[in-house]
Amino acid sequence: MRQIALTVNGERHEADVEPRELLVYFLRERLGLTGTHVGCDTSSCGACTVLLDGESVNSCTLLAVQADGGDVTTIEGLAEHGQLHPVQQAFHEQHALQCGYCTPGFVMATVSLLREQPDPTEAEIRKALEGNLCRCTGYVNIVKAVQQSAAAV
Amino acid sequence: MIPAPFDYERAGSVDEAIELLGSREEAKLLAGGHSLLPLMKLRFSRPSLLVDIGRVDELSGVSDAGDRLAIGAGTRHHDLNNDPLVQEHCPIVSWTAGLIGDPQVRHRGTIGGSIAHGDPASDLPAVLVALDAELVIRGPDGERTMPAVDFCSGVFDVALGLQDVLTEVRVPKLGPDVGWSYLKLARRAQDWAMVAVAALVTRSNGTIGDARIALTNMGPVPMRAPAAEQRLAGAPRDAGSDTEYALSEAAAVADQGTDPPGDVTASPEFRRELARVVTKRALEEALSR
Amino acid sequence: MTVTEEATQALVGTSAPRKEDARLLTGQGSFVDDITIPGMVWMAVVRSPYAHARIRGVDLTKAHAAEGVVAAFSGAELADDWTAPLPMAWPVTEDINNPSHYALAADKARYAGDGVAVVVAESRGLAQDAAELVEVDYEPLQAVTDVEAALADGAPIVHDEFGTNRCYTWPLAGGEDVDALFAEAEVTVEERYRQQRLIPNPMEPRGVIASTVPATGEVTLYTSSQIPHIARVTLALGTGVPESKLRVIAPDVGGGFGSKLQVYPEEALAIVLARRTGLPVKWIEERTENALATHHGRDMIQEIALAATAEGKITAVRVRLTVSMGAYLMIITPGTPLLGAWVYGGAYDIKGYSFECSGVFTNQTPTDAYRGAGRPEATYAIERAVDALARKLDKDPVELRRLNLISEFPHDLASGLTVDSGDYHATLDRALEMLDYDGFRREQAERRERGDTKQLGVGFSTYLEMCGLAPSRILGALRYVAGGWEAATIRFLPTGTVQVLTGTTPHGQSHDTTFAQVVADRLGVGYDEIEVLHGDTSVVPLGMDTYGSRSLAIGIAALCSATDKIVAKAQRIAAHGLEVAEADLEYEAGTFRVRGTDRTMTVKEAAFAAWHAHDLPDGLEPALEETAVYDPSVFSWPGGTHIAVVEVDTETGVANLVRYVAVDDVGTVINPQVVDGQVHGGITQGVAQALYEEAVYDENGTLVTGSLVDYLVPSAAELPSYELDRTVTQSPNHPLGAKGVGETGTIAATPAVVNAVLDALAPYGVTDIDMPASPERVWRAIQEARS
Repeated sequence: MRQIALTVNGERHEADVEPRELLVYFLRERLGLTGTHVGCDTSSCGACTVLLDGESVNSCTLLAVQADGGDVTTIEGLAEHGQLHPVQQAFHEQHALQCGYCTPGFVMATVSLLREQPDPTEAEIRKALEGNLCRCTGYVNIVKAVQQSAAAV
Repeated sequence: MIPAPFDYERAGSVDEAIELLGSREEAKLLAGGHSLLPLMKLRFSRPSLLVDIGRVDELSGVSDAGDRLAIGAGTRHHDLNNDPLVQEHCPIVSWTAGLIGDPQVRHRGTIGGSIAHGDPASDLPAVLVALDAELVIRGPDGERTMPAVDFCSGVFDVALGLQDVLTEVRVPKLGPDVGWSYLKLARRAQDWAMVAVAALVTRSNGTIGDARIALTNMGPVPMRAPAAEQRLAGAPRDAGSDTEYALSEAAAVADQGTDPPGDVTASPEFRRELARVVTKRALEEALSR
Repeated sequence: MTVTEEATQALVGTSAPRKEDARLLTGQGSFVDDITIPGMVWMAVVRSPYAHARIRGVDLTKAHAAEGVVAAFSGAELADDWTAPLPMAWPVTEDINNPSHYALAADKARYAGDGVAVVVAESRGLAQDAAELVEVDYEPLQAVTDVEAALADGAPIVHDEFGTNRCYTWPLAGGEDVDALFAEAEVTVEERYRQQRLIPNPMEPRGVIASTVPATGEVTLYTSSQIPHIARVTLALGTGVPESKLRVIAPDVGGGFGSKLQVYPEEALAIVLARRTGLPVKWIEERTENALATHHGRDMIQEIALAATAEGKITAVRVRLTVSMGAYLMIITPGTPLLGAWVYGGAYDIKGYSFECSGVFTNQTPTDAYRGAGRPEATYAIERAVDALARKLDKDPVELRRLNLISEFPHDLASGLTVDSGDYHATLDRALEMLDYDGFRREQAERRERGDTKQLGVGFSTYLEMCGLAPSRILGALRYVAGGWEAATIRFLPTGTVQVLTGTTPHGQSHDTTFAQVVADRLGVGYDEIEVLHGDTSVVPLGMDTYGSRSLAIGIAALCSATDKIVAKAQRIAAHGLEVAEADLEYEAGTFRVRGTDRTMTVKEAAFAAWHAHDLPDGLEPALEETAVYDPSVFSWPGGTHIAVVEVDTETGVANLVRYVAVDDVGTVINPQVVDGQVHGGITQGVAQALYEEAVYDENGTLVTGSLVDYLVPSAAELPSYELDRTVTQSPNHPLGAKGVGETGTIAATPAVVNAVLDALAPYGVTDIDMPASPERVWRAIQEARS
């Protein structure tokens, strides 16, 4: 077991973890933050995307021990005082989610993408979302949501 | 899946990492983890100890070393893609780093981890071979350098001893006379290349001075295309159909000496065709830069 | 995110904001893996790596001794726990070869992934560790993963008891004499296509939690399922848990697309293991496990022939299918291809029709429903064949379609069913207009003349879809075990909010939203005052769940019937309360008004009166809650025109979808954004079949494309945005005129894209290509046509 300390959604947490504990399961099962989902086992789908020190990462391909000392933001950490983050609001207004399973990953990936590219073209948006898979929406409305977010953020 | 159980240590320095690697059989380095952890999650790889070098300062950063750039092996693909020194002096590397995987992968994966994995489908190794880059390796007996082309001897088979750490990648500054291109053909944007071509073409008066072509996923290791390079050397540049002819001649033999794999995305025969087609395009693009 | 309390405008027809989003966007959803029960233990299934192997022995010694292991069993050890096999609810013929299928194999593993043992341990990781320690003595056998090879002499037999891999043969014929029509035809085309095997891959892998109350025998099963009601009936039968003690809950479900229209071994296993251990048992599928353990889609050889006049008028269609069942028959495995049996004539007016389908066992994961379930296969065959006819006659594929499209409704299909409404020509005209067809052909011609490396192709798909599964009488006639009705309950609570119970089970289709829209309009209740409940058999006891685009067609029809019943009862209360005759009342959107006055009573007020019951008319029962069960008499018939434009790099073979136009007629639209979203998602899966996806097996029957690295679910980077429009011909057989839309995109898209690829390659003489039209397939098609 290793002791780690990290900030998650602004709150500091200390824990003893097994080295093999994946960050995604640490967040979900230790901290009860079940909004981050597991969609695959080959780092292909992005459903588990969270922000680590501001950058989008696949939390399924990170050991909790690697996040020691880090600053993690999950989907639960976006809305402030009950007010949806502009990206969440845009996903809602553009109907960019159906079953919602991939959505937290897409939202976090979008937050990261807009930090790096504040004014992306449609082609740039689609390329930046290459690591996030959705089976329900066909992506059309997700792209619109990102475009709306870019204007708002 | 969850990986099989293992122990974990974080190294504060390269020397500490070397020591830790020697402390156990089946110890492995963990940098970005995006080659290793997926294998461990599928339980194809079961190291007994992971030595985390993800925060070793001496492994990160890009510095100007005169006629070369020194890239710390721990530099992440995203940072390499956006590094101003690399963009200016060796843009083929910054460009290629931006093609690897997807943004989430690029935020974590490192150049060192990618090269040390020895996957013939990885992008950076072929680029480094085309650049004649130099790799710096430190082990229990000290430090050594090695040309990138000698580093990989087979699929997942690289010149790293059990306690070796790849610390630095040195790439030449291209200078204004070198045109470059890295063209990657993949099924989806996030996928490994079916085939990819790195091309560096030196302008010399009105001719192509020196050409370097290296191929991704055309063999167990990054493959140079010497037959193609020879056909290009001295060929006329900006000479319309004559240049076109030279490029076609070179591209036509780009797959000579290669040993392409067959998989669900492409057969060996199709890879050969792609290598020829993409080499031509890469050369055209390199010449236009 | 709220809508004003009192509905002032009709919500049906508007893109009312989704009720589902508040929790899903903030990570407050409740998918199966989000649920924890104290004392919960983890199940892991040991699966055969061999496609076909005798099981000589299962040694659990090391597994039992492993850290944290609570229990471990082989298939043989659990044999007595089953009171019936896993369900196969559609024995399509009387003589169908129907093997018993139990949760774990005991004698033979029949596909790579077939479960042979199970372990239960204290954590996910420990269960996985223990599963690796189970030692199974396999005697590998020859495996077969190709339907034609499976029918050949000497093929390995999947189920020894039958002596053959043939499962069934099912015919359908109608209209005029097909043989005569072919004999007299001026032109015929004969085509053969392969529908590749697909892995549905919803983003949420499957999962279950079974928990019991040992003292009473009650069992609660949480399952990521499209069919909690059907699961309850069948699992009660199979595990011996009395149905009245079995509660099945589908919480938030992360997509299904037919792959969660199933009763799976792991559901049965979790129940039995929870019963044996007295502990709640959880199982969550890995993605690579999903590729093996969750049913697959499509996988058939299609032979289709068209008879036509010299002008191109199609007179007859003859179809023969050879379909891979996989290793076992699961809930509707044999029937899935038959769901397309009536529509291989497409949206065309033809005179004679003949269809025959044979199911064949192979050593692969069982097939079953995948978005469209039988109809994408049908539409692919007829739309490809129509283009083949166009090539033969040197006719524009658009004009050929125009000549043949059904133009009068209702239309009796030669296959025997009646299409109640539609206007396919209107969708074709609109789609061509959106595309600028002439402009496209000009650009295509220019590129061809220049000899550009990248060539353009356009592909058409004019489709009709048969959905709203299904009239119970027809299901009975087809030998399906269950019915196709749907139920709705509307319950007014005394404080003014309303519960809507639907027997449908959404998994992304926005039922919480659309059902509330309908009730809000019809009963004058505020959108935010309505809670739509589903998916829990204790909350919504009556239902037939969601698949086959039935929720709009049948679920909402039931809902409308329930609102009618509410209005009828409320009217009696209102008349009594307002002291007038019922005939003196006018009703509109929730309010009863005494004609010619401003005296009113709302449905909500009537509900409160019904609750306190101080003064109800004699003989009227208190409470305002009504249930309706609706059994459709006909199928539902959406239709439309889709057009795909692809750009093919003729040197590398890479084909990219660059434009996609869809004009669909799905009848009345309740929520435009929701309908568009369904079309977008459906199109994408159809495009993916055409260009990207395929389950590939090696010579040993091992699945090669077993992860999302190799099985190519496309991302946004691979696709363009789509251009959508609609025509509306209301269904005369639906209270709102709605038709169902969930599968239309997938049904239409695949042939549109493949036809486009072939159009791009036409100058090379390419007339056929297998799916997916990968770069290598495209390249080879060009090479072969040139030589």
